[in-house]
Amino acid sequence: MKKCGVAAKSLRKYLASGREIFCDPYLIGAGTAKPRGTDTVKIGTPKEMFKGEARVAMTPDSARQLQKLGYDCALETGAGVAAGFSDASYVEAGVEILNTAAALWKTVDIIAKVRQPSEVELKRLNGKKTLISFFNPGGNADGLELAKSKRANVIAMEMVPRISRAQKMDALSSMANIAGYRAVIEAGNNFGRFFTGQITAAGKVPPARVLVIGAGVAGLAAIGTSTSLGAITLAFDVRPEAAEQVESMGAEFVYLDFEEDQADGAATGGYASVSSPEFREAQLAKFRELAPQVDIVITTALIPNREAPELWTEDMVAAMKPGSVIIDLAAEKGGNCKLTVMDEKIVTDNGVIIIGYTDFPSRMAAQASTLYATNVRHMISDLTPEKDGQINHNMEDDVIRGATVTHQGEITFPPPPPKIQAIAAKPKQVVPELTPEEKRAAEVAAFKAATKQQITLLAVGGGLILLAGLFAPASFMQHFIVFVLACFVGFQVIWGVAHSLHTPLMAVTNAISSIIILGALMQIGSGSWLVILLASLSIFMAGINIFGGFLVTRRMLAMFQKS
Amino acid sequence: MEFGFTIAAYVVAAVLFILSLGGLSGQESAKRAVWYGIVSMGLAVFATLVGPGSGLWLLSLLLIAGGGLIGTYVANKVQMTEMPQLVAAMHSLVGLAAVFVGFNAHIELGNVLAMSAEAREGLEGFAALLAQKTPVEQSILRVEVFLGIFIGAVTFTGSVVAYGKLSGKLGSVATKLPGGHMLNAVAAALSVICLIWYFNTGGFLPLALMTLAALFIGYHLIMGIGGADMPVVVSMLNSYSGWAAAAIGFSLGNDLLIVVGALVGSSGAILSYIMCKAMNRSFVSVILGGFGGTSGPQMAVEGEQIAIDAEGVATALDEADSIVIIPGYGMAVAQAQQNVAELTRRLRAKGKTVRFAIHPVAGRLPGHMNVLLAEARVPYDIVMEMDEINGDFAETDVAIVIGSNDIVNPAAQDDPNSPIAGMPVLECWKAKQVFVSKRGQGTGYSGIENPLFFKDNTRMFYGDAKASLDMLLKLIS
Repeated sequence: MKKCGVAAKSLRKYLASGREIFCDPYLIGAGTAKPRGTDTVKIGTPKEMFKGEARVAMTPDSARQLQKLGYDCALETGAGVAAGFSDASYVEAGVEILNTAAALWKTVDIIAKVRQPSEVELKRLNGKKTLISFFNPGGNADGLELAKSKRANVIAMEMVPRISRAQKMDALSSMANIAGYRAVIEAGNNFGRFFTGQITAAGKVPPARVLVIGAGVAGLAAIGTSTSLGAITLAFDVRPEAAEQVESMGAEFVYLDFEEDQADGAATGGYASVSSPEFREAQLAKFRELAPQVDIVITTALIPNREAPELWTEDMVAAMKPGSVIIDLAAEKGGNCKLTVMDEKIVTDNGVIIIGYTDFPSRMAAQASTLYATNVRHMISDLTPEKDGQINHNMEDDVIRGATVTHQGEITFPPPPPKIQAIAAKPKQVVPELTPEEKRAAEVAAFKAATKQQITLLAVGGGLILLAGLFAPASFMQHFIVFVLACFVGFQVIWGVAHSLHTPLMAVTNAISSIIILGALMQIGSGSWLVILLASLSIFMAGINIFGGFLVTRRMLAMFQKS
Repeated sequence: MEFGFTIAAYVVAAVLFILSLGGLSGQESAKRAVWYGIVSMGLAVFATLVGPGSGLWLLSLLLIAGGGLIGTYVANKVQMTEMPQLVAAMHSLVGLAAVFVGFNAHIELGNVLAMSAEAREGLEGFAALLAQKTPVEQSILRVEVFLGIFIGAVTFTGSVVAYGKLSGKLGSVATKLPGGHMLNAVAAALSVICLIWYFNTGGFLPLALMTLAALFIGYHLIMGIGGADMPVVVSMLNSYSGWAAAAIGFSLGNDLLIVVGALVGSSGAILSYIMCKAMNRSFVSVILGGFGGTSGPQMAVEGEQIAIDAEGVATALDEADSIVIIPGYGMAVAQAQQNVAELTRRLRAKGKTVRFAIHPVAGRLPGHMNVLLAEARVPYDIVMEMDEINGDFAETDVAIVIGSNDIVNPAAQDDPNSPIAGMPVLECWKAKQVFVSKRGQGTGYSGIENPLFFKDNTRMFYGDAKASLDMLLKLIS
């Protein structure tokens, strides 16, 4: 079990996510490296060919973990430089450095990369090779055909099903997290004011107001970053269940005055679905109302396999204050704002800055590479259940099946629905927000009910006492009054007793209840031997009780101490 | 003069008793409150000794001293985990004493009534008091005596059975004689008949019959209640012992007895109410035993319980920043409170936030867990009530459940058909990681599966709580 300690770093991630078994079965026993024969399977990562792409699919850390699974690792020279990982650091981690991309594609059996592969790259595949990468299978029919004709196995990282078990390989979430964070940073970079409100000797600075549209992974990351910078953050999502998450991140959820049963987002794998025209109108009206008030808008609304919905219209942009910033994270799919120009920053006539970058993860290449490489490593872990350095492409496994887009000369996209339902969420009854009038009415009603109850009780109790007084002699009534008052005092006093002192309370009342000794003391002096005997026994027992009860209470109370 | 002094002393004592109970609202003022109780009790005894009606001074003092010796010995010897038994045992003494005093009152009344008018003139003390009563007052006296004996007898056998169950001398399972509650009803009806009989004749036979019936009711009623409901039972018996004292106070015409009896009685009643509310059950359903009826099949629990060993727990604790510990009766059984406290000290020394979440019905006595933790020197300001901490679980890294089951059962919230549906529970499953220290895979007291054990973020740490924590402590320095 010592190996748990060795893998402490990756354990921390599991713990942080709170979902995975924190003693990863794949890591236990991972230290027993297999003897490397000639048939050792090699995993390699080429340099990304896409212009401006700085990420890399393998880091020295992930390479070390992969070697523990029994694989050899290779890297095209300079592949990690843009992300801040030098060739030397890879060599130190036991990675073989190859000089050209061609050599790499030729020698390795599993290729791990980031961006959708180009035609040139795909042509280098063959029936023995497995490619793990983003692939965009929905919009890349040519690529699928090519991979199929090469009989290669392709695993598309964006196709990893959204189930709990697969979260560790969910590269889309990792990247969206970074994009959300970076969007706020980018907005701050272009926004001419502080995020947080300040009162300084040089005057008062109002806090920035940030509106985040779409509370998915990216949206939530943006909300978290924005609130921690001190901005007043508003957020909107079409899925009503997102309100709770938004509020948990410290932002204010924007509610619409609209009644419609929203499709439960959990049924579609956590993604939003297309909404009705009426709902859309209500939503746009709300945004129009907010547009003049907000300084920064971050839109993250995407619907799978469709063009991004237009949520921030031109008139909203026109209504914004000069110097405001719009970050459109949906720019790649056409943008949530139609003025957005993909991969560019533009300034509108009224001085609103619109940023349509699509490479936010790449702009934080070191972080993005670390997370992506870990996702890939987990995918390979799942592909290597025996930890023997041999790929077992198990098409029965929901996660592997879902992510595989071509397998042994067949296109296996789109996958069948996973056997396990995405997130077992029950439709929640949303409690309608009460208006102040309703609240007041409820309070008044509650007060009236309480008054009524109390008066009834008092009337009944008083009536009973009066009734008793009619028949009982005065001597009895004197005692009875004392009794009733004592009960009343008891009720008033005991409610105040602290929860943690209930046991001492019982011990003390127990000691006090031996007041019965008074009765015995009064009787012992008069009458027959039988009375004396019984009274003596009573006194004796009560004596035990008095001393025992008080002493044990004192003992208990003495133990309570403050830290 | 002497009589006036006694009354005055009683007033002072009554005020002190009230202050003594009121002082328990906080840990610091409670330490003062006990002294109020002791002083008032001493004052009351002293005033009665010098007051009218008492005699045999020396014998009384000797008996008190003898009882005191035993009480002191027991109080110093008892372990904190045995508190529930001790309290139950002491209640039985009060119950029995009430029965004896009631019988005495009956005997005295008989003696006095048998005397001639001249002889009555010469009486003193309690007998003199009786002698002055009118026939109507005598009838009322009979009812009071009757009630005092009845409640006292129920308290006596009930407490003895509760003691047996709590100390493990009797099985904690709810058992009923054939006939169930019908037997109780018959015994109660018999008692009512005896009351009318006694009211009219004043003979000893109905009184004796009723006593037997009441003893049976106390025995049978408590036998029918399972171990986990004992907090309610003990506080209910506490309440009864108070009412018995109050009834005797009526028959003896002693106001202090009435006042204190009523205080104790209402205190126990409120405690029972609080306990019942914490279990979302009515008082009647607790006393009549068993859980309320369910309206449909319970949800099936899917998944499996995943075990973990001490190393795993230690690693997780090492990584965690905020930790909540949820102790239950299992901790008391295993005497693991010292280990829990040691674990807490070590984790706190590492700068982690460690808190305790206490469910109102955890353990076998109201506030049982608080006392055990206090004994192990856990500071009381990190020991939280359910309502204080339930909202914090979402921000908690690790929740450790030690020997509790039903009070952390999510079925109470999720499954409307569960027998414990609606009972407020500690929402520990909202923590990032939950460890459950438990002997084996059995169900809780109520016999319901606990879906918590099957959750994705739950790991089962099987074994005796004390042994498990010993292993854990070796790994956390």
